[in-house]
Amino acid sequence: MLSEAVKRDIEALRGRYPVAQSALIPALLRVQEEQGWVSPEAMAEVGRLLGLPVEVVAEVASFYTLIFTEPPGRHVVQLCTNVSCMLSGAEAVRERVERALGIRAGQTTPDGRVTLLAVECLAACDQAPCMIVDQQRHGPLSPEEAARLVEELD
Amino acid sequence: MAEPVLLRYVREPDQGEIEAYERRGGYAALRRALRELSPDQVTDLVDRSQLRGRGGAGFPTGRKWKFVPKDAPVKYLVVNADEGEPGTFKDRTLLEGDPHLLVEGIALAAYANGVRTAYVYIRREFYEARRKLETAIAQAYQRGYLGQRILGTDFSLDVYVHPGAGAYIAGEETALLESLEGRRAMPRLKPPYFPAVMGLYSKPTVLNNVETLCCVPWIVREGPEWWLQQGPPQLYSVSGHVDRPQVVEAPLGTTARELIERAGGVRGGRQVKAFYPGGTSSRPLPARHLDVPLRHEELAQLGSMLGSAAVIVMDETTDMVKVIARVCEFYRDESCGKCTPCREGTVWVTQILDRILHGRGRPEDLDLLASLARNMTGTCFCPLGESVPPSLRAGLEDFREEFEAYIRAAREPVSMPVRLHLGAPAPGG
Repeated sequence: MLSEAVKRDIEALRGRYPVAQSALIPALLRVQEEQGWVSPEAMAEVGRLLGLPVEVVAEVASFYTLIFTEPPGRHVVQLCTNVSCMLSGAEAVRERVERALGIRAGQTTPDGRVTLLAVECLAACDQAPCMIVDQQRHGPLSPEEAARLVEELD
Repeated sequence: MAEPVLLRYVREPDQGEIEAYERRGGYAALRRALRELSPDQVTDLVDRSQLRGRGGAGFPTGRKWKFVPKDAPVKYLVVNADEGEPGTFKDRTLLEGDPHLLVEGIALAAYANGVRTAYVYIRREFYEARRKLETAIAQAYQRGYLGQRILGTDFSLDVYVHPGAGAYIAGEETALLESLEGRRAMPRLKPPYFPAVMGLYSKPTVLNNVETLCCVPWIVREGPEWWLQQGPPQLYSVSGHVDRPQVVEAPLGTTARELIERAGGVRGGRQVKAFYPGGTSSRPLPARHLDVPLRHEELAQLGSMLGSAAVIVMDETTDMVKVIARVCEFYRDESCGKCTPCREGTVWVTQILDRILHGRGRPEDLDLLASLARNMTGTCFCPLGESVPPSLRAGLEDFREEFEAYIRAAREPVSMPVRLHLGAPAPGG
């Protein structure tokens, strides 16, 4: 169930556009801010609020990598693996972080603590190799610094 | 070295505050335009500045604005803040360092084009940039630079920040419009070629990149002649094997050698092997081109492009096969899947590169890659799939011996007849 606050915000988002569907992606992200992901029930409810069939909501939600249609861990780590970071040692950072968490990129730790994502260019090549932990960007990172950052997450 | 223009204040910690921005001359251009200039005069200044879009395509901004029909009752301005071309980080630098510069650029562009509603499409990962931009927009509303009857004139403008949700393809302008309309970010069929004629909600739409709009307040304030005298100023994102990767502001047409020097030189004092001049969609160039002016015309002559002016530097130790394979993987993962040559071509190319890298390359693979590169060119709705061939061509022409070395060293060289007849009808079919 969506909270009253989320419903109010989605209503407000809808008012920004002449066409309700434009509010869909911002609405899904708003749901995710509160619930961590977008469940099938949430999709249906967002669809009702915006007057869209649930298939349309699901079609859009499944296209975008940062709309989670499965629950991620409590923390989401986005590790850049694109060229500038790769040239600056991102492969070693990735291996070290995977070892620290005991998972591979794309997985969530069994205790639900961290989801690790190998992502494309974060537009922070001046901080290569870089990663974003939840909403905070870090870099340039040595493998040890990166491992420490993910180990400190509760 | 001349004083930077676009980056002049990005390192001032208070630049995101409206008082500081105003104290340093901010919003003077908007005041001047609203008091003294007609919308057409603003467009004319931009046209005379010879400003070209900084998102990648390099289309002349003034000309783009002139395509917008004057009498259309509803028009939109959309700002592309979906910076995602690998190696590019100048828009993020501007958004985080000088967000009011963009807000003022938005207001000027909206005034010039008779727009009342603007959307800033900002990629999801720009958390800090978005916070700074939203603060700047709120402050601009409070001070009367946005909203109803701006500075007491008849000009009104609302600006909304619209988040993306993780899709490189949304940086392509028609895919961005699809995404902004709440759909999958899949490029539209062209024609119509220009959103200026038919864009958001099928209405005339001005679509500009962040850096492009950040140039506009300076052009309006100081004039197009001054602007051209400054270089014109161009932001180059310099990264990879340099000592201090950073956004370098330099006159358009600066060479890679000079940019690398400004970024602290090559890491470890090594030599350059190659560099991408305009992001990974441009053709990477071998070191013998270090003294070519990085400008649209010269780079086009080399089969490359200025693109987003992201200079990715690779030193002599770089494995070009690995780099090119990584670049192709990126486009494979980011292909939206709409057009077959891009969706399938990127998969085939990466499969071939993967087996070359893993000691299973075949002698005929290089011809196969060349054939795939031909068939991915000019066959899709948008340039994403077409971003793969430039890297492949450079690999096959300038770094061929590296590919051949992998294939020669293949543990079990298995030669197979090539049965794919790409681009020609299959025999009997």
